[in-house]
Amino acid sequence: MGAEMSVAACPGCTLGEAAPDPSTKPQDAGYELVLPRIHCAACISGIETVLNAAPGVQSARVNLTRKRAWVTAAPDADPSRWVEALAEAGYEAHEVAAGQIPVEKGPDIALHLGISGFAMMNVMLLSVAVWSGAADVTRNFMYWVSALIALPATAYAAQPFFRNAWNALRAGRLDMDLPISLAIIGASGMSLWETIYGGRHAWFEAALSLTFFLLAGRYLDQTMRQAVRSAAADLAALEPRRVHRIEEGQRVSRPIEEIRVGDQLWLAAGARVPVDALLVDASVQLDRSAMTGESDPVERRAGQDLVAGDVVLTGPVVIRATAVGESTTLRRMARLIATAETARGRFASLAERAATIYTPVIHVVALITFIGWLVLTGDVRQSLNVAIATLIITCPCGLGLAIPAVSAAATGRLYRHGCLVRNDTALERLAQIDMVVFDKTGTLTRQELMLPEGLSDTVRQVLRGLANVSDHPLSRGLRASLRTVTPAPLEHMRELPGKGVTAIWDGTPVSLMAAEDGCASILSIGRKKIKLERIERIVPGGAELVAGLQQHGLAIGLLSGDSDCRARQIGAELGIARIWAEMTASQKIEVIKGLRAGGCRVLMVGDGLNDAAALTAANASIAPGHALDVSRSAADVVITGEIGLISEVLCTAHKARRRMLENLWMSGIYNVVAIPVAVLGLASPLLAAVVMSISSLTVTLNALRVR
Amino acid sequence: MNILLILIPVSLFLGGLALVLFIWTLRADQYDDPDGAANRVLLDDDQRPAEPRQGITRTTAKR
Repeated sequence: MGAEMSVAACPGCTLGEAAPDPSTKPQDAGYELVLPRIHCAACISGIETVLNAAPGVQSARVNLTRKRAWVTAAPDADPSRWVEALAEAGYEAHEVAAGQIPVEKGPDIALHLGISGFAMMNVMLLSVAVWSGAADVTRNFMYWVSALIALPATAYAAQPFFRNAWNALRAGRLDMDLPISLAIIGASGMSLWETIYGGRHAWFEAALSLTFFLLAGRYLDQTMRQAVRSAAADLAALEPRRVHRIEEGQRVSRPIEEIRVGDQLWLAAGARVPVDALLVDASVQLDRSAMTGESDPVERRAGQDLVAGDVVLTGPVVIRATAVGESTTLRRMARLIATAETARGRFASLAERAATIYTPVIHVVALITFIGWLVLTGDVRQSLNVAIATLIITCPCGLGLAIPAVSAAATGRLYRHGCLVRNDTALERLAQIDMVVFDKTGTLTRQELMLPEGLSDTVRQVLRGLANVSDHPLSRGLRASLRTVTPAPLEHMRELPGKGVTAIWDGTPVSLMAAEDGCASILSIGRKKIKLERIERIVPGGAELVAGLQQHGLAIGLLSGDSDCRARQIGAELGIARIWAEMTASQKIEVIKGLRAGGCRVLMVGDGLNDAAALTAANASIAPGHALDVSRSAADVVITGEIGLISEVLCTAHKARRRMLENLWMSGIYNVVAIPVAVLGLASPLLAAVVMSISSLTVTLNALRVR
Repeated sequence: MNILLILIPVSLFLGGLALVLFIWTLRADQYDDPDGAANRVLLDDDQRPAEPRQGITRTTAKR
């Protein structure tokens, strides 16, 4: 079907497509691509057109909600080619490895929700007849019809609650699902009893609406957790999945899982080293700032070791793998961090705390009501009636929706802004922080060479030419600031790792070398020498972010692995007073722990491997999207755009927490009003229906204000 | 009150019909990509076949 479909979809794009062989269809494999930046109809059609025209693709479909594309193609297809084709068309894409596609539970809760919803609507209609005055035989008839719908519907739809309550009971715990299950079973059982004996009140619609509203809360909760899980998969997709292995002198693109110890790999400049390895080529310069926080490049010679996570600055190079997969240094540190996760301590979320206060109260109130009525009237049936009415009315309908509705709305809002929330209690923790600690290099700053004023055009052209020679971050910065200048034609270009670059320009030797003190670079053209100061530039939006956070009364700290003088300079520039410099990874943890012991609630923002442990130690943590995956998986929230998004994250977290508290109060007030009425035996099914619907509605509407 | 004997089965039938339709939409993955569905309306290439059901969905992509 793929061939006809892409012809139909885009007549102009089928030229490059290899005609798919029908015989390969049964073995088609599924691939998943993450598309972090798509947002509109044009993106959908653009991406599907590119993918459908790509070699080997049977069919492709974009899912805008999840920002994914699912592709069926021949099993030996090379997704990196599609990613390249998409990049050429201007769409950022990453391949998700097969093992990382999250397994989903399917539409389970949605089905329960649908069934209880439809049953509720029908039973409610029948109840309206009763409430408006049906009596005797008609009323009983209505109740029988209701029972016929309600009993099977609740028996099926409320199963998630029964199961959880049973598990909790066996483990000797009391949780929210127990009063819920009791109320549902009690209401259904008592209604059946009343129907058989021709009683006045049956509570079928109460049992159903209780099930419906609580399932709605569960559904929102599940959707949010799924979003969190798929965010984790999005992040994993940012890591390189494929590397070039040298096989019989040829470079072949292979999935990283197939690399074995001893394989020779080819890495382009700017690539991240995927495994621990030894250098085969003569020498290379590495950016190890992700590991150590030091901004100066590290030089490695033939036979010396490279660590997974290093970035190759002077490529291309050939390396030989010495440790792969789980045994690389990077993975070992990742595991250390995973075990340190408990250091954060179990954070009791608002929902949990509300439940621990609320659950015993409901049980006790219902029990006291039953005993009280039994003592006063001696009528078991009536006492049971009132007790179950109390249970139904106090059952936390609004409470079940109060928090999931807000979390879902807030997570969705952040996702649209390009912030991935990785943890379900992250928003609550973020809302409580009072201090923000930043890592410096990579998070707040970038190194650049400052161009002196009044450089002649020829000098600028030579400089631009020299900048082209290397892929050092400084050269990249120069290239960016000299974007409009045409590079001078240079010959005999050479890069001296750790020192600089040299070349011949029109018979004159030219060079750009690091100065002795390391704080500047010297440009020489023949005998003429020009000094270029090395400066650390603050990333776009960084200064505004720090100022904004300070305005909101948050204390700001700078926690850097870099030298003291550089850290102080940046601190002064940004107006940050508290500075810790020359910190190793473990010292960073100590600083964070110290701050927490001093009563601060700390938000750590960092990207490097040396920050990863500190990210875990802090109360909450944020990492930029370009961070190493170790740091990203240690962080609660990952921002894919500019650093300024942090204020958006904090703002949303505050709003979400306020809405949650409001919602808890609101549903609490409904219950406080309703409890005395129920205990006195004045509650009716009509009152229960009204209270439940109003509290659920107000709570949901309030939550939507976060969006 | 005999009218009830007709009206109640009718209302139950209609309710049941809606439930069956809802289950069908669930099974057909129609809640998989609400944003995408909203945006696809704007695509103007009319030749695009009615593809959502036979096309690739999450479940088929995993295999």
